[in-house]
Amino acid sequence: MSKKNWPLFEVFIRSRQGLSHKHVGSLHATDAEMAIENARDVYTRRQEGESIWVVPASEITASSPDEKDSMYDPANDKIYRHPTFYDLPDELKHM
Amino acid sequence: MEETSMVDRFEAYVASNKKIEPKDWMPDKYRKTLIRQISQHAHSEIVGMLPEGNWITRAPSLKRKAILLAKVQDEAGHGLYLYSAAETLGVERDDLFADLHSGKAKYSSIFNYPTLTWADIGAVGWLVDGAAIMNQVPLCKCSYGPYARAMVRVCKEESFHQRQGFQIMLDMAKGTPEQKEMAQDSLNRWWWPSLMMFGPTDANSPNSADSMRWKIKHFSNDELRQRFIDMTVPQAEILGLTLPDPDLKWNEERGHYDSGVIHWDEFYNVIKGNGPCNKERLAARNKAYDDGEWVRDAAIAHSEKRAARKKTKAA
Repeated sequence: MSKKNWPLFEVFIRSRQGLSHKHVGSLHATDAEMAIENARDVYTRRQEGESIWVVPASEITASSPDEKDSMYDPANDKIYRHPTFYDLPDELKHM
Repeated sequence: MEETSMVDRFEAYVASNKKIEPKDWMPDKYRKTLIRQISQHAHSEIVGMLPEGNWITRAPSLKRKAILLAKVQDEAGHGLYLYSAAETLGVERDDLFADLHSGKAKYSSIFNYPTLTWADIGAVGWLVDGAAIMNQVPLCKCSYGPYARAMVRVCKEESFHQRQGFQIMLDMAKGTPEQKEMAQDSLNRWWWPSLMMFGPTDANSPNSADSMRWKIKHFSNDELRQRFIDMTVPQAEILGLTLPDPDLKWNEERGHYDSGVIHWDEFYNVIKGNGPCNKERLAARNKAYDDGEWVRDAAIAHSEKRAARKKTKAA
């Protein structure tokens, strides 16, 4: 491993049982074990979490912001996917 | 798309309070401004540990020592959040370190003043962290997403820093005459440098216009400085201490306190490297980095050994 620029890890933390892990930031470490230990000190000094994921940043594949329009365009004209699209009679109390 | 129309589109987007994320297109100058600002901010957090670290071993009680340790540890954390945010703009952490250690990069000039007495730990928390919070709260709404998110974390943690400092000042100001005198002396030395933390006057702040248009900044240096003065005057009254400015008085018409003239030649002199502790701070950072080299080497060796062992097991 090079002395310079240790691998970058993205850090995800579950703040409490029942919630999903959420991205909180990143840090450098020589390996995943060290990344977990450092993430404990950097991102959970005030009981912000009870489970940590670390992922090498180089392993993440991300969609491109340039393709944002074409990527999400197909969903634009399908308003019938939302419950508010449907007119219901006033006398209907629950549905 | 043409460069100019890209810039127009970017500016319209930012003007509508939408956020920019790392992979989005951004003008070169926006990127450069952010890299400079975020890395200077990170360096300030890291160098900021030094004046306070000076008192960890000499804190007057175990309680104060535990609090000061936690605060200094937070500053390290803040530095790390900010370096991470800067890296999303395409710079390498080690290059940022190298710029700090060579003296090429700047950090907040306030940390080039010495902490001579225990009361200085109170004054630093109360005034320096107070001024930092005043600067940082609007940055939570900065147009660059990773910086804004880092600032939200920093601001959440920072409010205890200011309170612990105020409490030290309060205990000393209500203590023996000698303690009160020590608190007053500390306030006398930290007041003006704290006001300088907001940066040059608006008339002498050439980069501000871009930063305001790009929603990196939301308030001008003078606006934030005025707010800080207005907020701090009643706090000093509660402490029973006197702010060292004979020209400080309430201006009914403006609805603000008027204050005396800041000695800007001192500010520029400290920035140039001639403050009381510039050389000491840089030397301490370099020593810490150099002395830590064997630890970094050991961490690499340990990881490689662990990886090799995993490989043989799998084979």
